[in-house]
Amino acid sequence: MGSSHEGTRKRVVVAMSGGVDSSVCAALLKEEGYEVIGISMQVWDYSRFTGDAGETFGTCCSLDDIHDARRVAEQLEIPFYVVNFEEEFQRLVIDDFVDEYFLGRTPNPCVRCNQWIKFELLLKKARELAADFMATGHYARIERGDDGLLHLWKGDDPSKDQSYFLFTLTQEQLARTLFPLGGMTKQETRALAARYGLRVAEKGESQDVCFVPDGDYVRLLEEARGTDLLSGEIVDRDGRVLGRHDGTYRYTIGQRRGLGIAHPHPLYVVGVDAERREVTVGGADELMAQGLRASRVHWIAGAPDAPLEAECRIRYRHRPVPCMVEPLPGDEAHIRFATPEKSVTPGQAVVFYRGGEVLGGGWIEEKL
Amino acid sequence: MNCTTPVYLDYNATSPVHPDVLEAMLPYLTDRFGNPSSIHWAGRQVKGAVEEARERVAQLVNCRPVEVVFTSCGTEADNMALRGTVSASRGRGNHIITTVVEHPAVAETCRMLEREGCEVTRLAVGRDGLPDLAELEAAICDRTILISAMFANNETGTVLPAAEIGAIAVRRRVPFHCDAVQALGKIPVDCQTLQAGMVALSGHKIGAPKGIGALVVRTGTRLHPLILGGSQERNRRAGTENVAGIVAFGAACERAAATLAEGAARMAALRDRLEEGLLRTVPDVTLNGHRERRLPNTSNIAFHGAKADSLLASLDLEGIAASSGSACSSGSLKASPVLAAMGIAPEAAAGSLRFSLGPETTVAEIDRVLALLPGIVARLRSS
Repeated sequence: MGSSHEGTRKRVVVAMSGGVDSSVCAALLKEEGYEVIGISMQVWDYSRFTGDAGETFGTCCSLDDIHDARRVAEQLEIPFYVVNFEEEFQRLVIDDFVDEYFLGRTPNPCVRCNQWIKFELLLKKARELAADFMATGHYARIERGDDGLLHLWKGDDPSKDQSYFLFTLTQEQLARTLFPLGGMTKQETRALAARYGLRVAEKGESQDVCFVPDGDYVRLLEEARGTDLLSGEIVDRDGRVLGRHDGTYRYTIGQRRGLGIAHPHPLYVVGVDAERREVTVGGADELMAQGLRASRVHWIAGAPDAPLEAECRIRYRHRPVPCMVEPLPGDEAHIRFATPEKSVTPGQAVVFYRGGEVLGGGWIEEKL
Repeated sequence: MNCTTPVYLDYNATSPVHPDVLEAMLPYLTDRFGNPSSIHWAGRQVKGAVEEARERVAQLVNCRPVEVVFTSCGTEADNMALRGTVSASRGRGNHIITTVVEHPAVAETCRMLEREGCEVTRLAVGRDGLPDLAELEAAICDRTILISAMFANNETGTVLPAAEIGAIAVRRRVPFHCDAVQALGKIPVDCQTLQAGMVALSGHKIGAPKGIGALVVRTGTRLHPLILGGSQERNRRAGTENVAGIVAFGAACERAAATLAEGAARMAALRDRLEEGLLRTVPDVTLNGHRERRLPNTSNIAFHGAKADSLLASLDLEGIAASSGSACSSGSLKASPVLAAMGIAPEAAAGSLRFSLGPETTVAEIDRVLALLPGIVARLRSS
């Protein structure tokens, strides 16, 4: 389509959520001379999650947010479309979320959404619209290294760094992706939003999992599978029964509240076994792990051929800690912490860093 | 966005207000501002215009002027026909027969009525989009209070055998409501031939502005009003009349009556040019709906292996307006229930576009689509 490109202007699809970050992205790219197209994804049926009193919830992909994105696009005078990924989101993100909980794990749907929805389906949509790039408002950076490969780096704002959610990106995906906010702080983004006069400049941050807008994920799980399927006993390390619970999926490693057990010293969830319907509790010392085993490990710029000194994050808001990553056959790896770490949680992602660079990551299977 | 003139091929969604129509209605937004119910000069000034418009609408659809009830839109007319009939039929039955290809104005109202206690039979359609009349006959029972079927389908342009349905309805003594919103101005809509007790119409599809429609309620039809209040529209529809809209609707109907035959032939020729061109230049393309029994302006085409939303966005980026299936509240596309009901495979339905032409459509517009679309389809299939 020769006429799609006016001269050498590059065409970019911006994934617009209706929030400040992606709105500023679109404005910045337009100012830089790109031909910008805004796209919002509709990932679930909004009528499903209306509250009892008919109230709606503000999360990253609500109908109000699509409305906001559309209004920003109008303000920027860029074409805007909404794509419907409801069926795919249900299959690839929500179903997996439910499956994981019912396997006794604590899933991370945001990584899955990036991996399978944004950087797969939306990127394909961008290609279909003859776009050279897709841009998102993630705080992360992509740079070509001396090895000729693309490398992923943390965003410059340590408080907003979202590289944890991006460890699955492939070279092909990185080559077609722009992160215009990677070199900025949230404060700078907000200042830009104000300078551009964007109507969403004052909008708050999105926090919750978008398909659990009221935070009640248990309700979602029980609506999907039924109640009382995984209720059972709360035990200690020696198998002594300390109490009962209403479903293993209500518990996650490191959890302290809601156990309903009187005990002389603080108790934490140290194990969740869906098969035996058992929640194991113990003292703070029992939460500690020497390391972990990860599966489906992905290396952004190629797998190392020997064990590697790195730092790792074992959940989003975790400060990276020194570790040794030993790649194993079958895309697995053993990670050994320099000093024991608390709350290794199966189902969460472990992401490897070296300094500011994201080397790759995998999915936590068990503690070692 | 491209600098070339935009191409508009979505007349089934809406049409521009015709300059003559605009000219006719403008005085009723300024000087002639009166309320037709008022007894003074300001009211008198507009009362006549409303009645004249009513006559023009009646003339186009061959009914008596008193049978034309102005509404805010076609959707309201459909809602009124269904709900008003159910309300007026209390104690006589609660069974409604409709089809699986109705516009949401009918389909959603039926769904709600079902929740409220009505029983609804939805007649299946074949691959050509036509219902089986023997099935209709069989579905009628002594509790049946209404048959509601569209004249022409908005997505495919398929023309249903409305007159045959009307004949069955008359013979079996069941009221018939015909949603003729998409048919109006494109093919003759004749209330006598249709033998329908009620016929829903809309103004903005034929060059009147948005915000005006009508329900033809034939004399003798039992119907309760949907909107209560004043005694406007002979107590059938309360609320101060949209005088300017009504005048515009009348003017648009008068124009349609004069230009229908010639306009239909013109649009059909352009539509054929579009279809033949696409069938020749794009591989794996099929036409949805009945090949003969259809509106002269509508073409529904499946581009196998491509996605409708990407096709539409790509066309839009070139300034070409077309449409597809049904949009949900966010504006994203969902699979078309109409195409699904016709037994069209999900893969083909997902790649189906609707082009709907209007009286203003030109050869140059069609040729621009023919120049661009093959490349777009090829790109989508290879991405």
